[in-house]
Amino acid sequence: MARWLILFLLLPIAALAEEVVLGLSHDKVSITTRFEGSDILIFGAVKREVEIPDGPPLEVVITVAGPSEPVMVRRKGNRFGIWVNVDAVEIDAAPSFYAVASSGPLDEVLSDTEDLRNRISIGRSIRSVGAPDTVPDAASFTDAVIRIRQEQDLYQQLEGQVAVDQQTLFRTAISLPANLTEGDYSTRIFLTRDGTVVSQYETVIDVRKVGLERWLYTLSREMPLIYGLMSLAIAIAAGWGASTVFRILRNQ
Amino acid sequence: MLVYLPIAEVSVNAFLLLGMGALVGILSGMFGVGGGFLMTPLLFFIGIPPAVAVATEANQIVASSFSGVLAHFRRKTVDLKMGLVLLVGGLIGAALGVLVFNYLKSLGQVDLLVRLCYVVFLGVVGGLMFIESLNALRKARKPATGPGPRKQRTWVHALPFKMRFRTSGLYISVIPPVLVGIAVGILAAIMGVGGGFIMVPAMIYLLGMPTKVVVGTSLFQIIFVTAFTTLLHATTNYTVDIMLAVLLLVGGVIGAQIGTQIGTRLKAEQLRILLAGLVLVVCGKLALELLLQPVELYSLGAAGGH
Repeated sequence: MARWLILFLLLPIAALAEEVVLGLSHDKVSITTRFEGSDILIFGAVKREVEIPDGPPLEVVITVAGPSEPVMVRRKGNRFGIWVNVDAVEIDAAPSFYAVASSGPLDEVLSDTEDLRNRISIGRSIRSVGAPDTVPDAASFTDAVIRIRQEQDLYQQLEGQVAVDQQTLFRTAISLPANLTEGDYSTRIFLTRDGTVVSQYETVIDVRKVGLERWLYTLSREMPLIYGLMSLAIAIAAGWGASTVFRILRNQ
Repeated sequence: MLVYLPIAEVSVNAFLLLGMGALVGILSGMFGVGGGFLMTPLLFFIGIPPAVAVATEANQIVASSFSGVLAHFRRKTVDLKMGLVLLVGGLIGAALGVLVFNYLKSLGQVDLLVRLCYVVFLGVVGGLMFIESLNALRKARKPATGPGPRKQRTWVHALPFKMRFRTSGLYISVIPPVLVGIAVGILAAIMGVGGGFIMVPAMIYLLGMPTKVVVGTSLFQIIFVTAFTTLLHATTNYTVDIMLAVLLLVGGVIGAQIGTQIGTRLKAEQLRILLAGLVLVVCGKLALELLLQPVELYSLGAAGGH
């Protein structure tokens, strides 16, 4: 008991010994009409008041997470010869985008306890509390979310992709795909030694629609009737325009 | 050239969308079908969220149908009176369809029912048209043995509330067209399409309308039903993506004009057999999806299902 107490008292001091000074190539991602995805360079340095401690080297884990939302996962099964949705599990919260980059294999640079506490690995970033009793293998539904989103590059596990120099400078690049949802993308940097988090830093990358995208999106939410009528007007004008142009072409 | 769609929140190739619009537009102009039953699955395939695909498709159909119907108006192949009667039925049907849809939703498995609806209706309609057109073609190839028998009188002609439809050359009761309109409206609301592929054969075989006015009249009715649907989706689900719609309809309206030209050069039997073939292909593909084991058994959707 006493040992635990001492450990807890020591932790904040240890955390202060090494601090992150961070830079981002850009902290704002603007989704324009021609948005084709974006590469974000995350770099920084470790500020120390003391000498580099002995023992295992400093490792760095960087996560970028999009806004979390509940997801309904359905599984098909064969009933009477046709494939239909049989089971459904609602995942309470899954990030729309999640990238975890680390300076080495994730299970080596981060202990399971720390992973659990800070929800760092892809599996832990998804929160699923209760599945209905009718579904015995709820875990496979969470796996499905990870598998499907990994195929779409929405979930990325980038092991060994963080370069660390002299235990002081680190950098990595995260590529955000084109099919991005807007929102606050929380970016966390963890410094670890021997699997334990010694320091962490958090910032936000702002992903926003701008210009025409912003205007249309806002209009569709705030004045849906006007937006709907505008859609119809464009449709009818385009239909009429094409018809007229073709008639003129034919008469020539 | 990639374009980011503000409502669908995905980036897609603009030329791909233009091409898809043009292809479906050509078919729309040729056959007088809105093309929703083709375009909606295509949009799913390129990764547009289903809710956005269905709603935006309705808006695109308005454009291609409007473009198509103008060409038919000039050629005087629109039976306005019949169109209005069908429209009355169509709006009643659409309202009923929404009720049925919500009821099915409360039972669950609405996806499956929609799919089964597609397979059954496309299969039956396509099959019947195919057989009938083949017979017609065979007859046409034989040397003419005098004019065929005049349309026989059926129960359709014995109903009250008769009305003269000059353009179609019909003098029939308004009850069958209203019923056809209602049926098509219900199906359109449930299946998320204009309903042309069901209305066209119904007009030809049930109402006995001449093929040349069927297409224009069907397009006329589809404009109003899909415009109504677009507004409904835009105000309740916020799923109409105007950027997607514009790209699709630019291709679509041009395609519809070309399609109408092709349509006038083909014989009615040829037109029908082509449409039947197309309907059967889509039906077959949907049926296969139900019968074969999918590669990915799991699918993700928005939680909370409204």
